[in-house]
Amino acid sequence: MTGTAQPTRLIVTEATRIVIPRHIKLRHDAGRGVWVILAPERVFSPDPIAVEVLQKCDGQRTVGEIADQLATEYQAPRADILTDVVAMLQDLADKGVVKS
Amino acid sequence: MNEIITKEINTSSHAVELQPEPVCARAPVGLLAELTHRCPLQCPYCSNPLELERTNIELSTAEWQDVMRQAADLGILQIHLSGGEPTARKDLEQIVETAAKAGLYQNLITAGVLLTKERLQKLADLGLDHVQLSIQDVDPENADRIAAYKGGSAKKREVARWVKDLGLPLTINAPMHRQNIHSMKAIIDYSVEVGAGRLEVAHIQYYAWALKNRAALMPTLEDFQRTAEIVEEAKERLKGILVIDFVVPDYYAKYPKPCMGGWGRGVMNVTPSGRVLPCHAAESLPGFTFDNVRDRKLADIWLNGDAFQKYRGTSWMKEPCQSCPRKEKDYGGCRCQAFALTGDATNTDPACSLSPMHQDWAKVAALESHTRPPEFVYRRMGKGGTTPHMSEG
Repeated sequence: MTGTAQPTRLIVTEATRIVIPRHIKLRHDAGRGVWVILAPERVFSPDPIAVEVLQKCDGQRTVGEIADQLATEYQAPRADILTDVVAMLQDLADKGVVKS
Repeated sequence: MNEIITKEINTSSHAVELQPEPVCARAPVGLLAELTHRCPLQCPYCSNPLELERTNIELSTAEWQDVMRQAADLGILQIHLSGGEPTARKDLEQIVETAAKAGLYQNLITAGVLLTKERLQKLADLGLDHVQLSIQDVDPENADRIAAYKGGSAKKREVARWVKDLGLPLTINAPMHRQNIHSMKAIIDYSVEVGAGRLEVAHIQYYAWALKNRAALMPTLEDFQRTAEIVEEAKERLKGILVIDFVVPDYYAKYPKPCMGGWGRGVMNVTPSGRVLPCHAAESLPGFTFDNVRDRKLADIWLNGDAFQKYRGTSWMKEPCQSCPRKEKDYGGCRCQAFALTGDATNTDPACSLSPMHQDWAKVAALESHTRPPEFVYRRMGKGGTTPHMSEG
C-alpha cells in the first residue's frame, strides 16, 4: 500500500479536539441503569465524569475548554481536572475509542 | 476530582482476559450467533464442533430475527455474527437490519472470501458496526494450504481494503500455531498496512478440530515464547495505532483462562439450529440437555436453563479450585477441556498448574511440538468422526 500515510499515535494535549468515531457508541443502558461505550468486541463502563467528558467531545471544543467548563461546574482546580481529563482521553485514544 | 474510571469488558467468545465485574450480574453482555456451520474454508483448528450442523436444520430468517429482538430485550449489548461463515447465509442482510433496529452492536466474524464490495456496503448501510477478518498467514501459499482454499489470501486483502474504504473498523484475527508461527512479525506489519485498528493473535485452543489436529498445530515452547516477545515489543511500538490482543496456548500457561469469562456469566452462544449454549464447545459435555430458542425464550434459558445453571458461580467446584483464591478470577478454567482430558467436567482444567494432571499434560505439548507434524485432518461436514475422548500419553 504505497502512497498511504503511516498511521501515527494521537497524543492528547490541551489543544486537541476530540471526537468519538462513528463506530463507537456511547449509550445509556436503560436495563442496567448505567452508561456504556460499545466498541469492537469491547464494552467500556465509564463513570459519570467520564460520560460528561465524552459528551463534551464534539470535535469543536478543545480538551482545555472542556477542562475550563468542568472546573466551573465542579468548582475544582483546573490544573487537576486537566491532568485527569488528558490521562483518561489518552487512555481511550490508545484503545481506539476516541480520535481527533 | 477522582481518577476517571473506564472499565473494560471483553464481549466475544475469546473472553480470555482477566475481567472486571460485569456491567450487570444478571444479563449477558455478548451473544455469539453461529448463523450456519457452512464454510468454504476447511481450517483444521476450527472451533466448531466435530459434528457440524446441517443446512436443513438451521433457524429460519424469522427465527434469527426473533433471537436478535429477544437478545436486546434481555440486555445483550453486542452480537457476534459468526459461523461457519456467516456470509453463507443469504438472509444476513435481514438479520443485520433487525439487530440494528433492536439497538445491538454488531460484529461480523468472517473469512471474507464470499463477500462482494456491494454486499459489504449494504451490510454497513443496514447497521453493521465492525468487521473481524480472519487470516491464516501472510504468505499466500501457506495461508491457502491451511484453509484449503485457493486464492483466499488474495481475496482477504481485497476485503480488508473494502472494509477500510467503507469507514468500518477492522480487526484482523490470526489464529497462531506451529505452521504459521514464523510469520508473527509479518502478521503485525500486515495488520498495520491494511489499516486494522485491532489485531487478535490467538494461539490455537485445543478443542474439537484443533484437538484432533493438535500434533500438527502445537508450537514449541521456545517458538511460543518468541511470539510473546514480539507481541510485547509491538504493543509498545504501536500504541495508539494497533491494539493487539494476544492469547497464549493453554499448554504453556500457568493458570487457566477464565473461559467465557465464567460459565453463564457474560456470554451465550446460539448454534445454527437454535441450541443455546454457555460456550461454543459445550455440546462436547455429557449429560446435558440444551434448550432451543424454538421451544423456550432466551431470557428463560439464560436465567433458568439447566445447562446455564450447572457450572454457574463457584459452588460446583472441587479442590483445588474450591479453596483457591483465584476461583473468581479464572472460574476453574474450561469445563470442556477439563472433561475432554480428565473425564470429569468438574475437575480443574489441566491448563492450571495446580491440576494434578498438569505436568503430564504439558509433556504432551513438548513431545508433539518436537515431532514431525502429521497431515491435517481438514474441517469438513461428516469428517469429524465421534466426539473426541482424549486419551493422553
